Amino acid sequence: MILLWLILILFLGGALAWASEALDAKLPRVIALLSLLLSLTLVLWLFLSGAADVRSPGGTWWVLDSWAWIPRFGIALTVGADGLSLLMLGLTVFLGLMALGAAWNEITKRTGFFYFNLLWTLAGVVGVFTALDLFLFFFFWEVMLIPMYLIIAIWGHENRAYAAMKFFLFTQVSGLLLLLAILCLAYFHFVQFGHFSFDYFALQNVVLEERFQLWVMLGFFVGFATKLPVFPLHSWLPDAHSQAPTAGSVLLAGVLLKTGAYGLIRFTVPLFPEASATFAPVAMSIAAIGILYCAKLAFAQTDIKRLIAYTSVSHMGFVLLGIYAWNLYGLQGALMTMLAHGLSSAALFMLAGSLQHRFHSRDMDKINGLWAQLPMLSAMALFFSIAAVGMPGLGNFIGEFLSLLGAFQASPTIAAISALGLIFAAVYSLWVIQKVFHGPYKIPERVGLSAIPDDLSGVEILCYALMALGLVWMGMYPQSFLALSSPGLEGLLQAIGAFSGELATVTVNGGAL
Amino acid sequence: MTGELLLLLLPIILVTATAVLTMLMVAVKRRHAISCFISAAGLILSLLSLLIVVPLAPAEVTPLLRVDAFSLFFTALILLSGLAITFFSYPYLANLEDHQDEFYLLLVIGVLGALVMVSSTHFITAFLGMETLSVCLYGMIAYPLHRRETAQYPMEASIKYLVLSAVSSGFVLFGMALLYAQTGTLHFTSIAAALTGLGGGVPAVYYIVAALLIITGFAFKLSLVPFHLWTPDVYEGAPLPATAFLATVGKLAMAALLMRFMSISGVLSSEAIVHVLSIMAAFSIVGGNLLALLQSNLKRLMSYSSIAHMGYLLIALLTLDTLNESLGAEAVSFYLVAYVLMSLGAFGVMMVVSDSAHERDHIGHYQGLFWRNPWLALVFTAMLLSLAGIPLTVGFIAKFYIFAAGVEGAKWGLLFAMIVGSGIGLFYYLRIIYRMLTPLEYYEPIPEAGLKELLPHCVLFVLLCALIVFGVYPNGLMSLLEAVVASL
Repeated sequence: MILLWLILILFLGGALAWASEALDAKLPRVIALLSLLLSLTLVLWLFLSGAADVRSPGGTWWVLDSWAWIPRFGIALTVGADGLSLLMLGLTVFLGLMALGAAWNEITKRTGFFYFNLLWTLAGVVGVFTALDLFLFFFFWEVMLIPMYLIIAIWGHENRAYAAMKFFLFTQVSGLLLLLAILCLAYFHFVQFGHFSFDYFALQNVVLEERFQLWVMLGFFVGFATKLPVFPLHSWLPDAHSQAPTAGSVLLAGVLLKTGAYGLIRFTVPLFPEASATFAPVAMSIAAIGILYCAKLAFAQTDIKRLIAYTSVSHMGFVLLGIYAWNLYGLQGALMTMLAHGLSSAALFMLAGSLQHRFHSRDMDKINGLWAQLPMLSAMALFFSIAAVGMPGLGNFIGEFLSLLGAFQASPTIAAISALGLIFAAVYSLWVIQKVFHGPYKIPERVGLSAIPDDLSGVEILCYALMALGLVWMGMYPQSFLALSSPGLEGLLQAIGAFSGELATVTVNGGAL
Repeated sequence: MTGELLLLLLPIILVTATAVLTMLMVAVKRRHAISCFISAAGLILSLLSLLIVVPLAPAEVTPLLRVDAFSLFFTALILLSGLAITFFSYPYLANLEDHQDEFYLLLVIGVLGALVMVSSTHFITAFLGMETLSVCLYGMIAYPLHRRETAQYPMEASIKYLVLSAVSSGFVLFGMALLYAQTGTLHFTSIAAALTGLGGGVPAVYYIVAALLIITGFAFKLSLVPFHLWTPDVYEGAPLPATAFLATVGKLAMAALLMRFMSISGVLSSEAIVHVLSIMAAFSIVGGNLLALLQSNLKRLMSYSSIAHMGYLLIALLTLDTLNESLGAEAVSFYLVAYVLMSLGAFGVMMVVSDSAHERDHIGHYQGLFWRNPWLALVFTAMLLSLAGIPLTVGFIAKFYIFAAGVEGAKWGLLFAMIVGSGIGLFYYLRIIYRMLTPLEYYEPIPEAGLKELLPHCVLFVLLCALIVFGVYPNGLMSLLEAVVASL
């Protein structure tokens, strides 16, 4: 029941925020803050109360609730959370608060409708991370799109119409492929068991013919890979990220991308183990290409937000690599990368947003040498850039290292090629630091050189400090996250087995490090 | 004819009486409000009479008509659509510099034709219903004929519809004649019985030609590619209430008739017919969506999108023969309910902001509507999202149903066409929504004509509620439809 409340709080909070705009334009953000804090409390409560069950043998599901919804098709409101879901929920609500912080002073027009969209996006994401009925999952998958579209289309930057449309078309069309694949599974459940079902656990029993399984699996893969995004399907992302308002970029990079990775871990591989094993070398190759190609593209950008967007694609390559290595190291690596990238990219987008807010430009050629003028902001930028590079001691390093370790067991060649991405990451990250923060002071002329912009405000410093703390925690003591997720991930691995015989023996507890 | 049989025909009789009464009333005293009231009251009475009829069904009323759950369900749907359009028409026609009363007369008689169509199991009644509906539509489309500024468009549209509709009726008649020559009967069930004995060879070819001619005629009315050419001009030229009537009641009655014909007569057992229909569906989906892509006139856009939607519907119609839990029939019925809801809503918003002097059908008229009139913009957005098939709306469940039916019938090519088509469709629906979100540089108030009336807004509210309730909790409608299609 508590998961349903979590979703409902966000839906209702959004509706209430919209309605409250009639009273006062500043009320919606307070309501949004309250509902997010309430959600955070619920998630924390789940963390604390669920921890007991985890240690009980076999208890990989902490919460699992089900109510009938559309019996005609065997559709039920099944929601559940294990360690993996719960970590994603924590990330979602936390970054929701960060996005709220970014929007707090930036959004001045139509505030009620903005916070409505913000909370409904989050509600959709929470639904995606908890739904265990594939129809329900798809339902939430689509529900999070429209508010995000509106956020980009109404509050976005100069080229918002194009970016919003592209974002929507890419995700929606690939989503329809996903729906078709889900329906195929449900129909074969009907053929084999005599009734329709969209239940995650029931659908795992469906046996598909080998060739057909590959096609249905590809439907799932394309749906999730577009969202992740994976190399040939990524072209919507730089546009959407760079045109969205800061809060939108934070949510897109921090949370929405992770739904794709979550879908791959939770659904694609467990539902189609054989087809996924066949497909794994292809997926890992795509991942390696994506890591290197998008790192190179990032280097060619002058728009800061576009640059961060391309680095996101590059980093998501490590996630894909870790998932399709399909062993505990790889999966833990993918998970850690998701969490750490969620924080670091959100922080970087917020920093880019701060620059945009102060100088009305995102062009690296026009903004230089800020360090002397804005020391706090510059220091923060340095910290999160270094984190994105993957410096040991911070969360991103753990994630990428584990991903590569897992990938190495599956395919040493691909792992070796992908590891080059780490070098590229250092190049583009340091380049940004050098261009924007070092050198002689230069800002766009229409801002006026004499006006010294304000450094970070108290709220902003608090947000960045929290995210930095999270990254240090992940980097210094990753065990607390690995231990949470390992029962669920090990359960998946045991049920399916690793992709090749020799790797099946690699069973480690979460304390590998 | 016994009393019980007359009782079974009560909805049809009441609608007929309403038409007569409206006509008499015009002779006594011409008042717009009175005519509108009589038509609305008649339609409501007819709806209420369904309560009496439902316990008596199913029954054959003469060999010509059949009253069963299927016909009653669609009767209710048609009456409700007719009623909604009556309510929308009143403020729209209020400033027409001409008599308004006959419009309601035509509308009620058109509803009568549609009711006969959905109850018929015989070609004679089917044809009679089709012609009654079409003849009324000629009049409704050309209704604002005496307005000097806009006169040529309704006239052109009406003549176009008249000619093409007559031609398509000719096709149907010829097909009927061939079928009669083959089987000696015009009753759907007897046709099926006579055809089961038919092997291959000449008679079978004969029959395929007949069925194709009939389907061609039906496809004209449903505006499927390649018989769609009349649609955009007629939609654009007609006054909005007539367009809405054509798009909802017209399509609904035709699709229901086609569904009954296809499921009873077993035409789908012929591979040739399935091929032809599949090609028509694929072209309608892709063609309709592509043509709608860059339209800036919303009526034209809706006309092309209706072509695409009828293509989606045809996918489900094609799965009628895989009689596996009647999924296909349910999908068709559900899709029709959804389609009528969202079309009525979309045209309803247009009707509310328009009046007979100003058709607000250009996309520019809706720019910034979100900030000028949030309520109407919300309804319009919901309807458009539903047409695009986004969750939380009934359009999503309808699309889901079609996908399910298509997967069951293994229509992979058509489903792929539907995915491509939906992708294209999203673009033009979102374009309208984006225009509504873009603020106007200057403040231009919406004309007040329809805004003052409460009734159209109530109808819009009901439509919005239905859209969301059926989209979130479709269970009730699904079980109702299961019972409905079981009677086929």
